[in-house]
Amino acid sequence: MTNVNYFKDQFSALQASDPNELLTGIRKENFDTFSRSGLPTLRQEEWKYTNISSLFDKDYEFAGDGKISPSLLSSLEEMRIEGYQEANELVFLNGRYAPSLSAIRSPETQLIVLPLEEAIDSKYKALVAMHLGQSSSYIKDGIHALNTSFIQGGLFLYIPKGQQLQHPVYIYHLSDAGQHHTLSQPRSLVYVEAQAKFQLAETYRTIGSCEGFTNEVMEIVVEADAFVEYYKIQNDGSNAHQTNTTHIRQMEKSHVHTVVLSLNGGMVRNNLNLVMDARGNETHLYGLSLLRGKTHVDNHTMIDNKMPDCYSNQLYKSVADDASTSIFSGRIIVQPDAQKTNAYQSSKNILLSELASINAKPQLEIFADDVKCSHGCTVGQLDEEALYYLRARGIPKENAEILLLHAFAADIVDQIKLEPLQKHTEKLIYEHLSVS
Amino acid sequence: MLSIKNIHANVEGKEILKGINLDIKPGEVHAIMGPNGSGKSTLASVLAGREEYEVTEGEVLFSGKDLLELSIEDRAREGLFLAFQYPVEIPGVSTTNFIKAAVNEKRKYQGLEPLDAVAFLKMMKEKMAMVEIGQSLLSRSINEGFSGGEKKRNEIFQMAMLEPKLAILDETDSGLDIDALRIVANGINKLRTPDRSILLITHYQRLLDYIQPDYVHVLYKGRIVKSGTKELALELEEKGYDFITESIDQSANV
Ligand SMILES: Nc1ncnc2c1ncn2[C@@H]1O[C@H](COP(=O)(O)OP(=O)(O)OP(=O)(O)O)[C@@H](O)[C@H]1O
Ligand SMILES: [Mg+2]
Repeated sequence: MTNVNYFKDQFSALQASDPNELLTGIRKENFDTFSRSGLPTLRQEEWKYTNISSLFDKDYEFAGDGKISPSLLSSLEEMRIEGYQEANELVFLNGRYAPSLSAIRSPETQLIVLPLEEAIDSKYKALVAMHLGQSSSYIKDGIHALNTSFIQGGLFLYIPKGQQLQHPVYIYHLSDAGQHHTLSQPRSLVYVEAQAKFQLAETYRTIGSCEGFTNEVMEIVVEADAFVEYYKIQNDGSNAHQTNTTHIRQMEKSHVHTVVLSLNGGMVRNNLNLVMDARGNETHLYGLSLLRGKTHVDNHTMIDNKMPDCYSNQLYKSVADDASTSIFSGRIIVQPDAQKTNAYQSSKNILLSELASINAKPQLEIFADDVKCSHGCTVGQLDEEALYYLRARGIPKENAEILLLHAFAADIVDQIKLEPLQKHTEKLIYEHLSVS
Repeated sequence: MLSIKNIHANVEGKEILKGINLDIKPGEVHAIMGPNGSGKSTLASVLAGREEYEVTEGEVLFSGKDLLELSIEDRAREGLFLAFQYPVEIPGVSTTNFIKAAVNEKRKYQGLEPLDAVAFLKMMKEKMAMVEIGQSLLSRSINEGFSGGEKKRNEIFQMAMLEPKLAILDETDSGLDIDALRIVANGINKLRTPDRSILLITHYQRLLDYIQPDYVHVLYKGRIVKSGTKELALELEEKGYDFITESIDQSANV
């Protein structure tokens, strides 16, 4: 890594300009971690397949105060997700929440949206203090610490008790890599009160021809009996790299449902952490990567079962064509107190090219005796018999392959319960598979 | 329509077809019978273009074209249809969408516009009635969880939709109950036209009671060892294959 000094200078300047003790404290601690450990390398077990530090051979800089050019606005227009008219649309520009570009359509009784700094100055201060930065106790690597060292322009979402949110929240991350290699570091904290219901989708776009790196952290607290659906759609350019951590803390009998869809991109690492901090939770995690070119997508999930009676089910699927790489690593921890844990995990993969690679690895760490855990992993090819059947009815080979790939993707797409988003992703997948 | 000349074919290095000759003219129905493992399905696969089957000798002309030079899909779009002995299940691909794609691929090949939704639906309705197949089956994934008989009926439905010049039906009668056999056979009879040829592979006379063939051939150990008219099938039903195969095995041993 070449520009340590750049980050040092930026860090000092940020700290000097910001009197907020809560933030300066968290930042300081994490910048120490970053300075000590640097960026993750292949020598670290958790980063064995994803050489994130190699990206930083290039000098990344933070974007200046983004001027909102007409081309930015039109890119923003293009990245809107279907059903946006009915959604709360929140925009991050170069990693900072941009209220002026955002549209909040839910009433305040259902949804509170605040810049993180403002939330710290409000009645939510104690909440933020309690939950912001919890992910640092699970992920101690340099890239995660780098995000936390520069928390600035973050987002705070609060869904009050019992609110069944009518309008989903769509978050658009727009980064401008037109002038130099750009590092964007979005940060958000989402607090879903007891019995509330909340749907969230995030998507990313990088414009400009330099490299873009998005290093995101989102922490979500799901209180008792609350229900959260979380969707991530990654379909960015090959110059768009990403590391992100979604850290979810589940309280009693809450329900979390996530789908991560990865199509195009550069080097992508998705961390998804679930901490079962109370009993009786239910969690469903789904992933679908349809990769080609040199796209590299590394999905890491971690479920820490600390309390009894939690159920989790994971299904991650991937297709790797050309010289792409798909990785799935699923870690399940069952703590001594977490009796009657049910944790299932499955990874299904299709390898379409000799130059592509797929790695899938379960990691079970079980310290309780009365549990049910299973994992399974398959890597195969498209079904030859099925291809033959389709071709024997006059469907050309390429189209037959596309049909089978759609079929492979279908059960994950079905898990997108937000109907307009499901339509949106169907369209994306259709376009993605048709131009191969 | 179809002219097979001295076809030899291997699977995994083993010769299965050892010189097949067969001529089928437009509108004719030929039946191929023969003991298990004699090469009937292999012949069907070779004609459809299955890649594991290597043709080492011989040629096949289909409507004047060199069939063996065509890809699997082009053979289908030229009008060759194979109803599979064991239709494969394809979860996640809707039967209706698949058939629509197949119909429109064929039209494209012929230089025609794709059918619009209304025209396609109308055609579906008509052909569904012809082979007595229900909507519920067609809205499911291809053959997924279909019973044996439902799979066979679906094959004939596809034949009706694709309107081939030559249909090869590989044991379409096996696995059908008595009523289903009658329905499927009636469907096939409705699809008989003066210029559509049919090659029936079957073990049983019963199908031939419904669909009367012009010629019957016996395939044994990779060769057609006897050909005749529909009376040959009756004779086989009565006497079994022994009366033919014994003499052949004997002459082979000499
Ligand atoms: N893919 C394959 N690999 C190996 N052997 C094969 C393969 N396909 C066919 N064979 C062999 O070729 C021979 C002919 O098989 P085929 O399926 O053509 O017989 P058939 O006449 O259709 O029999 P049946 O009446 O039982 O359907 C058999 O001995 C079979 O085992
Ligand atoms: Mg057979």
